Amino acid sequence: MFRKLADGAALAAIYLSAFFSVILLAVILAYVLAKGIPAVRWSFLTTVTSVLRGTVGIAGNLVNTVYMVVLTLGIAVPVGIGSAVWLNEYAGRGKAVEAIEFAMETLAAIPSVVFGLFGMVFFGTTLEFGYSLLTGALTLTLMVLPLITRNTQEALRAVPETYRTGAAGMGAGKWYMIRTILLPAAAPGIVTGIILAVGRIAGESAALLLTAGSGYLLPESGRGILRKVMESGGTLAVQMYLSMSKAEYDTVFGIAVVLLCLVFVLNFLTHVLLKRTGGRGRHK
Amino acid sequence: MRMEGEPVDAIKIRTDSLNLYYGSGRSGGTHALKNISLEIRANAVTALIGPSGCGKSTFLKTLNRMNDLIPGVRITGGVYLDDEDIYGGQVDVTELRKRVGMVFQQPNPFPMSIYDNIAYGPRVHGIRDKDRLDGLVESSLQAAALWEEVKDRLRKSALGLSGGQQQRLCIARALAVEPEVLLMDEPASALDPVSTMRVEELMLQLKRKYTVAVVTHNMQQAVRVADDAAFFLSGELVEAGPAHSLFSRPKKRKTRDYINGRFG
Repeated sequence: MFRKLADGAALAAIYLSAFFSVILLAVILAYVLAKGIPAVRWSFLTTVTSVLRGTVGIAGNLVNTVYMVVLTLGIAVPVGIGSAVWLNEYAGRGKAVEAIEFAMETLAAIPSVVFGLFGMVFFGTTLEFGYSLLTGALTLTLMVLPLITRNTQEALRAVPETYRTGAAGMGAGKWYMIRTILLPAAAPGIVTGIILAVGRIAGESAALLLTAGSGYLLPESGRGILRKVMESGGTLAVQMYLSMSKAEYDTVFGIAVVLLCLVFVLNFLTHVLLKRTGGRGRHK
Repeated sequence: MRMEGEPVDAIKIRTDSLNLYYGSGRSGGTHALKNISLEIRANAVTALIGPSGCGKSTFLKTLNRMNDLIPGVRITGGVYLDDEDIYGGQVDVTELRKRVGMVFQQPNPFPMSIYDNIAYGPRVHGIRDKDRLDGLVESSLQAAALWEEVKDRLRKSALGLSGGQQQRLCIARALAVEPEVLLMDEPASALDPVSTMRVEELMLQLKRKYTVAVVTHNMQQAVRVADDAAFFLSGELVEAGPAHSLFSRPKKRKTRDYINGRFG
């Protein structure tokens, strides 16, 4: 009798833990959506907060987020893929490669605020980029580089060896083979890494607060679009932190809804891509 | 039928005291090929036979320098293609592999369309002209007896083909660069009997235009397709000669034992 009870209790506990994450997600979602959706109106998304005009909006932060994603990926994707290709295809196994891979792993584990500190002092002060989207993007590049490199490496490792021997047997040089076979075959895995990086960029606040600042105005048209890169700009997550410290909870929950939507879309994309990679094995 | 101008007994590839070592270290590594001197006739099928690990595949790969890809391989002696040492200083490996194509044990089509698979080699060698590529794709697939089966789905993924079709695709892919020699490493061992038969028929047709060297585990297959045969054992070339006499009247006892199925 007692044993049966204990079994039942254990089973219940196991079920509860299994569904805990689902329940947690559901509660957070319900709470944030209930609080935030009233704030998300068209004007909230398309205007900039202005005391003079009496508007509250996050258009500037949305644009800054796009800037940040594009700039960071613009640097991190070529560097990350390039280093993964070098590590996997050219470097062989050696002390140097081990050191680089160890460094990558460590880099991935450093708290973001430390990156922020480094970015602020090195890119902001030493290189004199100041509080700018560029300083922020360079800092974020350091943070997402391991993500992109490691995903690319794994994707390259998963490419069947027979493709390599086949291409070599046709007389293809190494670089030609990488371009025409390895990278296309590894593309879904590489894109997965990039999507994860986008999520990281969109969600980062501490490092960006220290490097890209908190500007929330829209870039001016024309050359202003380019000039904006060197100006301060807060992303959605940064604005969320700032609004929170000013107790502007409507704005905070509004931004939270927008960020959640973004995360959902990104996770969905990753899921679809991973499924496609899984189904991409060799046919029998 | 012989190609114009090719004398019947022309030697296409000749190896001279070829030695190959894997790895290094104190033990001196593995001596995988020992003093192999073999002549491979043009427009004939030469079968390389022997038990697993005897070095026949390794030997085949030395003929278009595929062993270059394996770290720690050392080679002494010479491999001559039309009397030119392919391990000589000025040899362009890309050019060599254009002349000496290869088909592998596992069908290994690339993850792209049938058309792009066949056009891969020509593109490696700088052919961009669409009409020329179209022509090569068709003639190569014809030569590999695959054209009729795939002509309506050239743009579909090659991974959707059956195993036997994939292997003929790989043969077509190797033919598309218009090679002189075709190396085949157990090309039918992963295939069903019907596909195996088609690949064997193909070999007999291909030798009219190409020199074919095939590694095979299957004695019956060697009897069916080979003009010449070479028997390898423990890295040594035990016996080589016309296939019919090697199979019916082997000179060496080890060859006789192997052919009679006493080991291997």
